Amino acid sequence: MTRLLEVEDLHAWYGESHVLHGVTMHVDKGETVCILGRNGMGKTTTLRAIMGIVRQRKGRITFAGRDVLAMPLHQTARAGLGFVPEERGIFATLSVEENLMLPPVFAEGGMSVAEIYKLFPNLQERRRSPGTKLSGGEQQMLAMARILRTGANTLLLDEPTEGLAPVIIEAIGVVLQELRSRGMTVVLVEQNFRFASKVADRFYVMDHGQMAHEFPVGELETRMDMLHETLGV
Amino acid sequence: MTMVFGIPIQALLGQLLVGLINGSFYALLSLGLAVIFGLLRVINFAHGAQYMLGAFVALLALKWAGVPYWAALVVAPLVVGGLSALIERTMLSRLYQLDHLYGLLFTFGLALAVEGGFRWYFGASGQPYSPPAALNGGVNLGFMFLPIYRGWVVVFSLIICLAVWALIEKTQLGAKLRAATENPTLVQSFGINVPLLLTMTYALGAGLAAIAGVLAAPIYQVSPLMGSNIIIVVFAVVVVGGMGSIMGAIVTGYMLGVAEGLTKVFYPEASNIVIFVIMAIVLILRPAGLFGKEA
Repeated sequence: MTRLLEVEDLHAWYGESHVLHGVTMHVDKGETVCILGRNGMGKTTTLRAIMGIVRQRKGRITFAGRDVLAMPLHQTARAGLGFVPEERGIFATLSVEENLMLPPVFAEGGMSVAEIYKLFPNLQERRRSPGTKLSGGEQQMLAMARILRTGANTLLLDEPTEGLAPVIIEAIGVVLQELRSRGMTVVLVEQNFRFASKVADRFYVMDHGQMAHEFPVGELETRMDMLHETLGV
Repeated sequence: MTMVFGIPIQALLGQLLVGLINGSFYALLSLGLAVIFGLLRVINFAHGAQYMLGAFVALLALKWAGVPYWAALVVAPLVVGGLSALIERTMLSRLYQLDHLYGLLFTFGLALAVEGGFRWYFGASGQPYSPPAALNGGVNLGFMFLPIYRGWVVVFSLIICLAVWALIEKTQLGAKLRAATENPTLVQSFGINVPLLLTMTYALGAGLAAIAGVLAAPIYQVSPLMGSNIIIVVFAVVVVGGMGSIMGAIVTGYMLGVAEGLTKVFYPEASNIVIFVIMAIVLILRPAGLFGKEA
């Protein structure tokens, strides 16, 4: 396996507040890695710090052998990282199609618009409506679809199932399987570990701004007690 | 003589035309302000100075290098837009992290410095700039005499306004601008160079002011204070239209120009203040402006 993303002793701050306390993790090429943890433990901040949206950070992040910390924010996407935020970030003043076409294509291997519409038929039907007129599930699909077009080879996915109906969550699971079969690398932040157990290869459990546990999906059953305790579920 | 509401129709149409011409300048200038405010959240007080610079570039390019009016319509926005891009990159962009008031104060100071410098060098009195030969003279429409240059100003400014509207609302570049207005950080995380987008937007707004300046040069005289005279009215237009609305800025510009012209016919004493009265009424009834979305 090739190491694609390596994070070492990552600290991050929001103003005065020290949120990440030395995160160390890695993701191999083609792997789907899930970060679990309770609210406020730093899962979202980890993704945002890797992407470069949180700028107050210290430590080491290398992606495909390149130092991410030194890049301005608009260079991280060109390196191959794509970010799908928790709040989805669909633009109200843009139509569905404009939202889809917004991120520029930087590399080959991204999906064509025809492929995306085949995977997400609802988006094609509603391509002329304003982006925020879509349902929550459709907005999540759109937020993922627009990154898939760009040729990004690694997806940072922040709580894609939050607030969605079970049937939509299932559809997102199908999309993630499809991406995995195409060789996409995924870093997934989830609270819903029943969903995550179906798509992830490996898990990190985050606690107080650090990675407290790491285990492959095969050990999920034996780790249940620890998970119930740390996640409070 | 035909009369409308006891007013000769010639006087009415004449003032309507004057109103449309003033409205053309209001529309071009408030459009530039709206474009800049929409993305940069900067209330660009240097807009009047950029308008004045546009007129001066036309005048000096003609005097020093024989550059004709038509070329000046292209050269002036490029020069003023380029200078403004430089100022945005080296100075204004450093203020984005601070309160928006700092951007306003900086551009206000910049306007004072530029206008003061020009007044010191060129004097306060205006200098004439002749319209191009092709646009000299006028046509008799039967009910009134239309100077060709004035008709040209109305038509050309309308074309520019609609082109800018289409650029922002209908193109992929415009979609980037609109998205960056909503959430610049996310747009930048998509790999779009948002700082560059901001610089280009500021240059676009300043370039629009410069085009207005070139158009104004043959009608009003070219003087260092021509911008500070008009800019206060233009800010009132922007307040009435609603900050950040592109179509709102354009429509309100023409509308208030016409309202001002008509007031000159019916109650001339009020023509200088009618826009401010409308502004006060709009602020009471619809504080976000006629086309504004945020309350």
